[in-house]
This record gives sequence, structure tokens and C-alpha cells, in this order.
Amino acid sequence: MTRPRTLYEKIWDAHVVEQRPDGTCLIFIDRHLVHEVTSPQAFAGLRASGRTVRRPDLTLAVPDHNVPTTARLDAAGNRLPIADRESAAQLAALEKNAPEYGIRYIDAVAPEQGIVHVVGPEQGFSLPGTTIVCGDSHTACHGGIGALAFGIGTSEVEHVLATQTLLLQPSKTMEVRVEGQVGPGVSAKDIILHITGTIGAAGGTGHVIEYTGSAIRALSIEGRLTVSNMAIEGGARAGLIAPDEVTFAYLKGRPYAPKGADWDDAVAYWKTLASDPAATYDKVVVIDAADIAPSVTWGTSPEDVVPITGVVPDPAAFADPSKQVAAAKSLAYMGLEPGTRMQDVPIENIFIGSCTNSRIEDLRAAAAVIKGRKKAANVRWAIVVPGSGLVKAQAEAEGLDRIFIDAGIEWREPGCSACLAMNPDKVPAGERCASTSNRNFVGRQGPGSRTHLVSPAMAAAAAVTGKLTDVRELMA
Amino acid sequence: MTPIEKVEGRAIPFGLKNVDTDVIIPAHWLKTTTREGMGRGAFESLRADPDNLFDSPVFKGAPILIAGDNFGCGSSREHAAWALGDLGIRVVIAPSYSDIFSGNAVKNGILPVVLPQPAIDRLMEVAQTDPVHVDLDTQTVTTPFQDRFTFEIDPFRKMCLLEGLDEISLTEKSDAAIGAYEAQLDADRPWMRPAIA
Ligand code: SF4
Repeated sequence: MTRPRTLYEKIWDAHVVEQRPDGTCLIFIDRHLVHEVTSPQAFAGLRASGRTVRRPDLTLAVPDHNVPTTARLDAAGNRLPIADRESAAQLAALEKNAPEYGIRYIDAVAPEQGIVHVVGPEQGFSLPGTTIVCGDSHTACHGGIGALAFGIGTSEVEHVLATQTLLLQPSKTMEVRVEGQVGPGVSAKDIILHITGTIGAAGGTGHVIEYTGSAIRALSIEGRLTVSNMAIEGGARAGLIAPDEVTFAYLKGRPYAPKGADWDDAVAYWKTLASDPAATYDKVVVIDAADIAPSVTWGTSPEDVVPITGVVPDPAAFADPSKQVAAAKSLAYMGLEPGTRMQDVPIENIFIGSCTNSRIEDLRAAAAVIKGRKKAANVRWAIVVPGSGLVKAQAEAEGLDRIFIDAGIEWREPGCSACLAMNPDKVPAGERCASTSNRNFVGRQGPGSRTHLVSPAMAAAAAVTGKLTDVRELMA
Repeated sequence: MTPIEKVEGRAIPFGLKNVDTDVIIPAHWLKTTTREGMGRGAFESLRADPDNLFDSPVFKGAPILIAGDNFGCGSSREHAAWALGDLGIRVVIAPSYSDIFSGNAVKNGILPVVLPQPAIDRLMEVAQTDPVHVDLDTQTVTTPFQDRFTFEIDPFRKMCLLEGLDEISLTEKSDAAIGAYEAQLDADRPWMRPAIA
């Protein structure tokens, strides 16, 4: 009998092309997602060395990071110019490179355009048991459907384009098991914020995290993508959730997913991927779902998480002296005093979007809170940025756009937007943003911006009250 | 990639600790489409000072940079290595680096030498007036004053740098194995190919 293996080990083993004496493996890459920011230099490298793309059929390019989220076409259907010269040059480079190398390209004005990590699963391009890479650290997202997915640098993008492989060291395995049922108002985002707060921003370093347990199994694919998305914020290279009937139902019929008899073969294979019952992990963390409240970050590391009912911590209360220093610095940057109730923190900006929380379920959750309410007067800027054109169309068919617009919240075109503020969507210096994105780093949403990471429902609650708010109070 | 064996020249006595990649190349330089020309953005905030080391007549174009602990921490941007390379730097000498930075450096033909702090202190002193000599083959850093410091380097990285091999050229040697894997995959799990062409 073969040794019991985890989901990670099964996927890894199925992708080893060659093993080097030091344990490094040449790993085959099944899917490569390409966007405009980390690819131009990789294509330039290919060109300079006279190489080609080995498997254009396994590569999908879509612009997302710095496309504007304002209208892209004028009334006559002509493309509107992009104000930022450098963004325009990156977008033009991708538009030229993709067809030149025979790569599928989703244009900025195509209905399927969106954030790479939303588009991949939505198109059925990302599949369980595959290896997926992209020049963006939140590639871990695709682990939500059971793919081994991770972010890579530009040299690695070039390496994958040229060889369809990567040289990798195997990771250690870590299980994060969330058992039980979450309370009302607690979403997948609260689960992953709570996990990140529990294990710490370096808790998963050197590991691939598999999320297991009844609370994870109960999540929709949208929710699982949200959880796996932020594996990297816990220091892990990738996140994984075993594919099951929920996964198969989500993928069936999607454009790039297998069809007919192929579909049956694929499902039969995917069913073999779950971790064997006797398999062991290098590290295990168990979390009781009942302990998870709607959560919010107070600092500048994604591990700086408290329940919304909590207060800003006192840096002196941390055991680790380096964390004391970091926390004090964070609070100075965030303009917060220890002991302040999180619910008393005023909010001037709201961002609902990013590959973490811009899928239909996220927009529904936000709209449910907003419905019949208005944006608070002190909220200066509030935008909803759907993850893809298809999500946008679906939301519009359900009338969600009207709910946001009627409340005074802007309804935008798909893209990364204020997640990393590479396009014009930025939070001004010194102002706060309740954001559904994944990083609250210094300056992430614009120089001097102050980010509080929250779920879509919590961002919606902050939008209508003008301060961080326990969404459960608005749900009665 | 240009191979590295011996590098001799002036060494910039920079010496700062915890220099993050945002300092090496600020975020707004990420919006470029080429690797070239990024030297102009290297250490931009520090070079706003007209008396900075990098633009001084003595150190401008120097091939060696001496830095402090944890050089290249922060964002994983490979642009940091490109910026150093474009500035003309072939070797960085520091007590430690962030993992990602040292990987990116090697991938871009820059040798990250690790030496203990006392050696760094001595080299900082020598660098003020004299050149420094780095020999990758013998893994030594020497000065005209008979200082001699040896350093460790992963044998694989050493080979890549000595031969100027980039990882792609190395992987291309496994071309047959990759082809065999692809054929086997098509036979075993043909549905793995994206369904629409
Ligand atoms: S939304 Fe943010 S994290 Fe996601 S791909 Fe875009 S920039 Fe990266």
C-alpha cells in the first residue's frame, strides 16, 4: 500500500517532471495566468533570448491591475483613453504580447474581463488538482477549488512561459481545521481574518495550508476562494481546500471546464485527491467556528485582527518585544489610541472589491445590508468594484447595482482598483478605508492610506453608519 | 546573463541595515515595461540628496555595494535586482539578505556575498579609499591591504553565476523529460487541456 498522502502531496507528486539530488523538483505547470504588470519584462526576456511560449494553450492573459474602473467605452462604443501614460503602456504591451505568442487574451472591454483570480475559476480555466501560477501573490486564491496555486516573480513568469515548468522545493504541510458552525453575520472573510490573527502573518511560512473542517466544507466556492486567497497573509505559499460536490457543481458547464465523458473522467480523478484519512500534516491548528466574530484589522499587518466588539490593543500587552515595537508603529500610522472601541472608529472611504471579495455572493451580502439605507454623510468615497464583467452583469440582473447607486455608492467596472491603488482609485493620506481587500500594509491603498480589512457585509455596515460597525446590529 | 568570476573595483560603503526593496526601487517604478533604465530609480529617495554616495564622482558606476543586515527585505519585487544591475552593481556584500532578494539577485547575475559584521566594518573602511576584489571561484573578498575574507555560497547558485546560466537555459536541458511528461499527461488525463481552443 502506498503511504497515506495529503491533498498537497497528491498534487505535487502528480506534477514532478524530474527530481534533483537536493530534493528540488521540476514541476509541471497546468495553468498560467498572465496580467499586465508582472509580464512585460518576461515577454521582453523571451524576445531577447529568441525563445517562444512552450504552451500558449495553457496560458490565459487578462488585464486587471491598473485598468481604470471608470467607464471604458464612450456612448458610441469607442474606447476611452487611459490618462496614466505608464498604465497605458503596460496595457498596450499585454495586448501586443498575448497575440504575438498565441496566448488567449481577454480584452479590457470584453464581457469576461476581470481580476485574474476571479476570471480563472469563473471560466473553468482553473481546475481542481492542477498547478496554477500567476505573477501575483494572491494566486493562492485558486486553492479554493482544490488547485495548487501560488504567486511567482517576473523571472519565474518568463521561466513558465518558456518551459511550462518551475524548479521548486516541496513545502511543509499545515492543516487549519475549522469545526462547527459560524454565527449569523460571520462570513468566509471573517473566518480567514480570524485564522490569520490566530496563526500570525508568519504562521504558515514554508508551508502549504489545507483548510478543513465542517465550517470550511459548509462554504460556497466563493467563500472558499476568499479563505484560500489570504493563505499568503498567513505566510503560506498556497492554500488548499479539497474539491467536493460543491466544487464540481460550481465548475460544471464553465467554458474551459471538461465536457461530456471528459467531465466524468475529471470528476472521478478529482474525487481521489482528498487527503487520505491517515495522512498527517507537519503542523495542525484547530479553530472553533463559534469563536469567530465579524472581524476587523486595527494595524498594518493582516495578523492585527480583533472582533468588531473589541478594542484597539495596547502595544505593551504583546509578549514579543518586536511585536510591541511594530504595534506601536502601526498605531501611530493608523492614528489610533489603545483602548479605543473598534466600533467608535470613523470611516471616510469604503472599498468593496478585490480578488478576495468581489464575487456575486460578496456583492449580495453587501447589498443586503445597504438595501433601503443611505451612505453616511461622513463617508466621502464609497465604491463597489465587481470582480469581473460577468459578476457585474449578474449583479445588474439581480438589481444589486441599483441598491448601491441609490445608497450613494459608486458602481464601477471590474479590476483590482483600490486593492493596490495602481490605477486612479486611491485612498487619500490620513483617511481610513473599510476595505474588503487582503492587505492593510502601509500605503497599500495609496500613500498614507489607513486600511481596515473587513468582510463585504461589514464594509456595507460601515458605509451606512460612517464608522466601523457590528453588522449583526443592522441585521435584526 | 553575463558570467561573474572576478569583480574588482570601488565598493560603495553604504552599510545601512534593513534596506527594503521600496528604498532600492520605489513602487512607482513598477509601472514600467522594460528591465532597462531602472538604475535611474534606484535609491531614488536617497539620491534626492545631491551629496549622496551613489552619484559621487568616486562611487558612480562602482560594481560593488556594501550593505547592512537584512538587505532587500519587504516587497518581493524583482525590480530591485534589475535596478541594482542597471546601476552597474555586480556584487552586494552584506551580513544577511531577505530570501527573496538573494534569489532574485542570483537570477539576474548579481552575486550576494554574505560576510559577518566585523568583515563588513573593515571593508567599509577600505572602501573609502581603495578598491575591493571579489573572486567567486575561490569564494574570497580581498583588499590591497592583504585582508582576505572567505564566504559561503550554495553550489548551484555558484555554478549559475560562474557560467552565466539563467535558470531557463538549465531547465531547457530537461526538454525531453518535459516532453515525456506532457505526452503522458495527454494519455492519462486528456481532459486537463482547456476545453475550448
Ligand atoms: S485584487 Fe489585489 S490582490 Fe487581487 S490580484 Fe488584484 S492586486 Fe492582486
